[in-house]
Amino acid sequence: MRTSSTSHRSRQRRRGTAITAVAGLAACTALITGCGADGGSGEAGDGKITLRIGTFGSFGYDDKTGAKLYAEYEKSHPNVKIVESNVADGQKYWDTLKLRLSRNSGLADIQALEVGYVAEATGPAMADKWVDLGKTGGADLDAFLDWKVNQATTPDGKVIGLGTDIGPMAICYNKDLFAKAKLPTDRTEVAKLWQGDWSKFLATGKNYQKNAPAGTAFHDSASGLFNAVISSQPVQYANTKGELDYENSPGVKLAWNTAVEAATSGVTAKLRQFDEKGTWNAAFKNSKFATVACPSWMTGIIKDQAGAGNQGKWDIAAPPVAGNWGGSFLAVPKSGKHAKEAAELAAWLTAPAQHAKVFGVNGNIPSTKHTLTSTVVQEAKLPYFGDTPVGKIYSDAAAGITPAPISRWDGQVKTFITDNGVLDIEQRGTDPAKAWENVKKLIEDKIEQ
Amino acid sequence: MATSLRAAADGTPPPAPPSSPTRRATPPPHSGRRSRLYRWDLRLSPYAFVAPFFLTFAAFGLFPLLYTGWLSLHRVELGGDAEWRGLDNYAHLADSEFFWNALANTFTIGVVSTVPQLLMALGLAHLLNYKLRGRGFFRVAVLAPYATSIAAATLVFAQLFNTDYGLINTVLGWVGFEPVDWESSKWPAQIAISTIVTWRWTGYNALIYLAAMQAVPQDLYEAAALDGASRWRQFLSVTIPSIRPTILFTVIVSTIGATQLFGEPMIFGGSLGVSGGSGNQFQTLSLLMYEKGWVTGALGQASAIAWVMLLLLLLVGAVRMLFSRASRKKLGA
Repeated sequence: MRTSSTSHRSRQRRRGTAITAVAGLAACTALITGCGADGGSGEAGDGKITLRIGTFGSFGYDDKTGAKLYAEYEKSHPNVKIVESNVADGQKYWDTLKLRLSRNSGLADIQALEVGYVAEATGPAMADKWVDLGKTGGADLDAFLDWKVNQATTPDGKVIGLGTDIGPMAICYNKDLFAKAKLPTDRTEVAKLWQGDWSKFLATGKNYQKNAPAGTAFHDSASGLFNAVISSQPVQYANTKGELDYENSPGVKLAWNTAVEAATSGVTAKLRQFDEKGTWNAAFKNSKFATVACPSWMTGIIKDQAGAGNQGKWDIAAPPVAGNWGGSFLAVPKSGKHAKEAAELAAWLTAPAQHAKVFGVNGNIPSTKHTLTSTVVQEAKLPYFGDTPVGKIYSDAAAGITPAPISRWDGQVKTFITDNGVLDIEQRGTDPAKAWENVKKLIEDKIEQ
Repeated sequence: MATSLRAAADGTPPPAPPSSPTRRATPPPHSGRRSRLYRWDLRLSPYAFVAPFFLTFAAFGLFPLLYTGWLSLHRVELGGDAEWRGLDNYAHLADSEFFWNALANTFTIGVVSTVPQLLMALGLAHLLNYKLRGRGFFRVAVLAPYATSIAAATLVFAQLFNTDYGLINTVLGWVGFEPVDWESSKWPAQIAISTIVTWRWTGYNALIYLAAMQAVPQDLYEAAALDGASRWRQFLSVTIPSIRPTILFTVIVSTIGATQLFGEPMIFGGSLGVSGGSGNQFQTLSLLMYEKGWVTGALGQASAIAWVMLLLLLLVGAVRMLFSRASRKKLGA
């Protein structure tokens, strides 16, 4: 426009704006690439499709430390490439997943769901986002434990998730530390120390603490203990109608009292399980605690975190009261590009044969009926745990499970109670009565029912 | 913002208005159609040129603002339908001790991070304003923290402040202090977070101050020196008053940044980041908003918090305007 008569000053100013514009543009690009790093699943150039699977914790499918199921499937399906993205913390994983579901973007083709959140996933806001795996993918629903299928069924009869594992619970203990603290190390004798009652477990903890090797604690975390106790209870957060009713639940009361007692009597290492900073993981490696409540999926975590240096030190004993802690499902979001192929893969991954393979490597207890009673599982041992009859211990525990009713807020309430209640008492010395008030206020304030 | 402030402050005239179209718009005599096109071109193309900004602003600025306002009057669940609630969400905030706690945390972390930050920036700028060797290097060096990503910086600081094996507690141990719970205790946690903020922004503010200081006429200093003023006196009586508009500007920008503080406490807290520690001891307003919106799925309440934050910032902006008007009067401009 004004080409010839530009004054010196305005040229300077224009250069200024140009620089600002470039800087702005650079910032935008940085933002865009920053947020868009999560590439969508798509077709590779050679007609191969990539199936992405989102998991948390340890599912034991991967080709490195797991059962190498992806490699196997890719071999029998040459057109498929499988990519897993894993998040350690289950609550973080679910928060992100919820966000992505609401926008139908950034989702993996298969998403794992934890039992604490499955009621929310089958609820009115989300039920329509999932593929009905009873109809697509060819899964044999009769093979699964009935209650496992029921948990993932929507009110109108759609099955949105296929069971991977269940979480029958035992207690894993460090034999070295038990010996040093002058406690028995044989697993049947250890189990007798606390058989039948969580208060005996605490009493054992106080005994341990008397002769404890310096710098170690009996149990890893009071919030972990809360989870363990509540998983052994027939009434947890919800009433029989599937409504949240934690305040009147005898299970919550017992778990809270047990955890508070543990937190205030110094038998815990005051850690938070799955802490992102790795303090909990490091404590496994450095043998900072002697016991950890041990749902079957925990064995894989011990193997990975305690590492080769501690191989043979850990053993597994029957729990005070049998319970189920956790367990997961694989679900397929409708919006995925390859929903049909993903449903087939999910059905294959959760079929009895694969359950057995994963169990053999990672110790996840299958959620299919016949796999549980099969000799493979019954006689199974895990190399990391030496001659411990892992399969027997866990399938016995699985037989004692009575499924508790669940509500859509279970996972959230659990997080508030453990992270903002128990942990607050354990790490910051908050008065238990005040902490409970605080939890109630949090739930009231933050959960809109 | 910086440029516009400076432009106003040094009194440069606003850019000349575009030259009147009539002067050059002698219509070509032959085709009426072409002349009409030409007229349209003249009339409409300016709009076309400014349109990208306004469209982007409407899409990414105005729409989210209004939509959030609309959401804040409803009960909305992620993926569900909205349900009219009127001002309930706001009333709920006023009753919620978690909201007041977050507001208080935002304020205290804001003060603990902003005040030392700006004072240190002033000092640094003053030092950099001297003729010293390798001045260019130092000027770049103070800006380096600003160029570091929040996540990277916070992760490093979280390691330094780690209660069990962090460097800071180790050093405190050498001096004979008990280890400090940098995360689970309220004030240490807030101080640790403020340290990260201070570390990141001090250099940035120092450079802004430096630029302003270099615009202070040298003869003022000479006159002050002739009157026997010491360096310190000169700093207090010449430098500070001369860069007052800039100081005001940085105060405002830091306040806005402090109000929106999110990344540092979120990452510093690790798994407990969103709730700002097990006892919400460092949960800021932004974190509370995030928790409401994305963790518990109460988007209406989250939107209400967002609007309250906006109103707070408007309030701060209004205070700034009053201040700068007053100071301009004082300077006689």
